[in-house]
Amino acid sequence: MKRPAAESKAAAPPRRGGSLAADPRFRAFVVQAILLIAIVWIGWTLFENIRQNLAAQKIASGFGFFGETAGFGISQTLIPYTEESTYGRAFFVGLVNTLIVSALAIVFATILGFAVGIARLSRNVLLARLAEAYVEVLRNLPLLFQILFWYLAVLGTLPGPRQSTPLLGAVYLTNRGIIFPKIGLEPGSGIVFGALGIGFLLALILRFLQRRQMLMGSERRSFGWLTLLLIVGLPALAFVLTGAPVSLKWPELRGFNFVGGARLNPELLALLFALSTYTASFIAEIVRAGVLAVPRGQTEAAFSLGLSRRTTLRRVVAPQAMRLIVPPLTSQYLNITKNSSLAAAIGYPDFFYVFAGTTLNQTGQAIEIIAITMAVYLAISLATAIFMNWYNRAIALKGA
Amino acid sequence: MNVAMSTPTPAEHTLVAVEMAGVHKWFGQFHVLKDINLTVMRKERIVICGPSGSGKSTLIRCINGLEQHQRGRIVVNGTELTRDVRSLDAARRDVGMVFQQFNLFPHLTVLENCTLAPIWVRGLSKAEAEMRAMHYLERVRIPEQSYKYPSQLSGGQQQRVAIARALCMNPKIMLFDEPTSALDPEMIKEVLDVMIELAQEGMTMLVVSHEMGFAREVADRVVFMDDGQIVEINGPDEFFARPRHERTKLFLSQILR
Repeated sequence: MKRPAAESKAAAPPRRGGSLAADPRFRAFVVQAILLIAIVWIGWTLFENIRQNLAAQKIASGFGFFGETAGFGISQTLIPYTEESTYGRAFFVGLVNTLIVSALAIVFATILGFAVGIARLSRNVLLARLAEAYVEVLRNLPLLFQILFWYLAVLGTLPGPRQSTPLLGAVYLTNRGIIFPKIGLEPGSGIVFGALGIGFLLALILRFLQRRQMLMGSERRSFGWLTLLLIVGLPALAFVLTGAPVSLKWPELRGFNFVGGARLNPELLALLFALSTYTASFIAEIVRAGVLAVPRGQTEAAFSLGLSRRTTLRRVVAPQAMRLIVPPLTSQYLNITKNSSLAAAIGYPDFFYVFAGTTLNQTGQAIEIIAITMAVYLAISLATAIFMNWYNRAIALKGA
Repeated sequence: MNVAMSTPTPAEHTLVAVEMAGVHKWFGQFHVLKDINLTVMRKERIVICGPSGSGKSTLIRCINGLEQHQRGRIVVNGTELTRDVRSLDAARRDVGMVFQQFNLFPHLTVLENCTLAPIWVRGLSKAEAEMRAMHYLERVRIPEQSYKYPSQLSGGQQQRVAIARALCMNPKIMLFDEPTSALDPEMIKEVLDVMIELAQEGMTMLVVSHEMGFAREVADRVVFMDDGQIVEINGPDEFFARPRHERTKLFLSQILR
């Protein structure tokens, strides 16, 4: 039984012998004061220690290094960058590399994870067992090991550029990455993209009309073919009419390497494969748990109303399972972003490797760079979490 | 199917709604249903009672294929239930079911709960389905709750929505699996009243229940089950006044004080 605060205050002070040490309020005050002094002292010591060390090593603090020439090369640059570019530029190259590998891994891990998770629930025993084996193998091996496995044992054993034979005529799987023809856009290609956009728009309108028609209860016709025709046929027509306004730059072997084509680096591929397949094993378990957590009575009620298996899954089970899936799914997305910093192990130039690695080494601005690195990962994680929380609210159970 | 099409005449009462012949079912090693023979006529009201674990729920769940029987024959409205999915679909379209735990869809409003199946199974328009839903919600006396979510309703209200939801599919047979067992005592009556009305309108009903008052009032026959077998079937007056079997007597003495 807890007494209300006011009552205990009135009843509390029967001080024995007038001793201050026996008064709980006085003791609380002393403890808190000591704690405050300790925290201030630790903070001041840290600050003073850093100041003295920086002074002793003659390191000026500040963010001026951002404008200095970086002087090192980066193996994958999606924005223009040369050795003469600044550290600031290198910062963004690394950031873009982290974002691209994280975004791609999130997409692939989600697709693969949902597929494996649903496969584990399949009534087909073979499929369910395979999915189970996938989960148990992938989630129980260290991610670093898996990255190195893909990099060294899979991609590293591909033939060199000179020995490789092309797939489909022009795609080369080599130990220097996947090399394929580069598509160059010529004038007029805008029309093709425009046609693609219009095709999508028309398909969306069609879908809307179809849905409305369904709600009105009139005859239901499948517009699958018409939709396909709009999305694929319309741009194809534009493509032919504008005289194929693209140019393919075919990869050519010159000396020891290819020139002319486009290339996906083995570092990117290894990191992407490892992150996607590893995280997919966790997502699969989350999906399975989410579906299993929907009470059996829900499916029974749906079946007894005559709903098909498919409609039951889409209209009854999935909406309820998603509510349970989304919060832990968010954690997995955050893990992908943070785990992408293991890129350093295989030399994929992600943000951590470029900035907290090379840039820190060369400039020695440890305090600033570590602080910025922390802020950047925090910002990416918070942005992901904010988006996912918004999505979670959008699908939340109403009226509960 | 011509059973369903024919106009209601007194003669129709003799037509069979559900026929179970020599039905057996096992859960693993456990023999839940042992040689069940039961023929339910159209418009007949059957109340099934018996101690827990006697197989009553399993019996009615076999009728709409939520459980599959392993031996014997079940014919629902002229369609024999087989492993064929289409036979199940056909049977389920004619059979409505109400569960002990209501099993309303928590992510849908009361109205959406009632329109989901008519739209996706019967192909009704949204407007038609809503009109039909409101009709049945009025009959179970909660039209004003149609825009609420199930969690905002009391147990009795939820169960009445569940009845309306099943009725929206215009079933020919209604199965009730202990519809009042999960309700607070003061809510039992509102649900039973709806069921009594339904019975008076001539719905074929199979009700698993221990509501003996309800059985006396509406049942044409009372079925007593024990240990996976049908022990006794009789009209309610006979059943309560002169139970023939020892097990029935024991059971009745335990639930009727």
